[in-house]
Amino acid sequence: MQDLTDLYQSVILDHNRRPRNYSVLPTANRVGSGNNPMCGDQITVYVKLDGDRISDVSFQGSGCAISKASASLMTVNLKGKTIPEADAIYAGLHKMVTTGKVGEDDMSDLAALAGVYQFPARIKCATLGWHAALNAAKGDERPATTEKPGD
Amino acid sequence: MNQAWKNIRADFPILDQQVNGKPLVYLDNAATSQKPQCVIDALTHFYQHVNANVHRGIHTLSMRATFAYEAARERSAKFLNAAESGEIVFTAGTTDSINLVANSWGDENLKKDDVILLTEMEHHSNLVPWQLLARRTGARLRFLPVVPGDTGLLDLAQLDKVLTSEVKIFAFTHVSNTLGVINPVTQLCARARAVGAISVVDAAQSAGHLPLDVQTMGCDFLAVSGHKMCGPTGVGLLYGRKVLLDAMPPYRGGGSMISNVDYFESKWAPAPQKFEAGTPNIADVIALARAMDYLDDLGREAIALHDEKLASLAYARLAAEIPGIRMLGPADHRSGVISFDLPGVHAHDVVTMADQEGVALRGGHHCNQPLMRKLGLSSTSRASFYLYNTEDEIARLVTTLQKIHGFFAG
Repeated sequence: MQDLTDLYQSVILDHNRRPRNYSVLPTANRVGSGNNPMCGDQITVYVKLDGDRISDVSFQGSGCAISKASASLMTVNLKGKTIPEADAIYAGLHKMVTTGKVGEDDMSDLAALAGVYQFPARIKCATLGWHAALNAAKGDERPATTEKPGD
Repeated sequence: MNQAWKNIRADFPILDQQVNGKPLVYLDNAATSQKPQCVIDALTHFYQHVNANVHRGIHTLSMRATFAYEAARERSAKFLNAAESGEIVFTAGTTDSINLVANSWGDENLKKDDVILLTEMEHHSNLVPWQLLARRTGARLRFLPVVPGDTGLLDLAQLDKVLTSEVKIFAFTHVSNTLGVINPVTQLCARARAVGAISVVDAAQSAGHLPLDVQTMGCDFLAVSGHKMCGPTGVGLLYGRKVLLDAMPPYRGGGSMISNVDYFESKWAPAPQKFEAGTPNIADVIALARAMDYLDDLGREAIALHDEKLASLAYARLAAEIPGIRMLGPADHRSGVISFDLPGVHAHDVVTMADQEGVALRGGHHCNQPLMRKLGLSSTSRASFYLYNTEDEIARLVTTLQKIHGFFAG
């Protein structure tokens, strides 16, 4: 299954097996949720927002390896970032998983998700946790869903 | 096995292809079956030689189309052993058929506090239409449970408790699309009748897989999808006892379903035309009848045996050869659907990885979210077999799942 390592890179497998920041965050002042009605997956994201800075973020939920690893990578990458910085990181990730192109910015460990591009059915798995977190940070209390136009 | 089984793979041209560089193993038959060449040819032949609108046509092509369309109704009645062809209403499929019963019979006959009895294993298509009916009428939903554990069998010991005289509709699936359970449909229909309830059978997973005889089953309504039984998508049928269909109001208004129309009111055509407003799905109905011929040439008893043999073999091999696998549904006396959970590997990852090996599975909640919750799962992986699947393909499935297990465990 050599070609599968494009999708399931060791970083993904590692974050799936040992998701980072996988807990309820007692200090959170924003909570967001996401669901994928096609597969029944659910995610809850906890955000501690100081001004417009995401000073801490965690998640819990059930999902496939891609969604779990991506949510785990999300927490690692967004912690300490301002909302505009977080938006920019997500924009780079979204471009990468929908076009296969890694932007000019260094995607660092997020580049592990580049293989998702070859599996269009799985793009929504990779973006769900990010939607939930950004919605929560921006005070949008509606649950993120993979069925929103433009995912 | 008769002669028709000899070259069965060759009847399905789609099977002869590579997916991701490997020969396709199509095990997603519970979602939709593949189509034999004769059904594809029936569609082409209709559009090349017959196409015209049905009913009221005087010209030759219209009469030809009408004859073929009504012959398909006769064929369908024979396929289900209905008492007459007037008991067959062509629909868009099982979902459409169930919605027809819920809207027409349900709205006419249900009142506040009546009970609609379902089972815990229903597909969303045999659940949501009844939820909508309950909301419209004030009727209540009640559920016959499945037994605790992973077999998914109905808890028939609870039937007396839930099937009371308040029940007006008992709707249940013949075969579970998730767990492969075959329900005792004849017994359940008789019990419904004994309390004065109508029975509605979801036959999406059984038509084309098991012999069906609506008179022996004793059902009042039975819903069928064409595309799961070698027919085209977008077509199916509703069987309804004639006395019930005759008394029911129309479901949708339009052309073809009237006997006389005035500006302010109209009179309906008799059933089944009353329920077939607008130009019907003529070509697909005719091709569906061809699929019935194809299935009966093979023999539905033989198909049922083939499905069960493959599913039982797959169940036993997966249980024995995939470490830690959790098998769902009964070990035998089952349909061709098997569901399983590979601990630590999400069903979507199983399906993506299997696809890389050319093996088409389905992963998710299978439109069965409440049952999944009851089993403590958000999703399962499902392999579903049909008449063209082989024991060699089960070997491919086992090898693939071993690889997946190794990949995630390693």
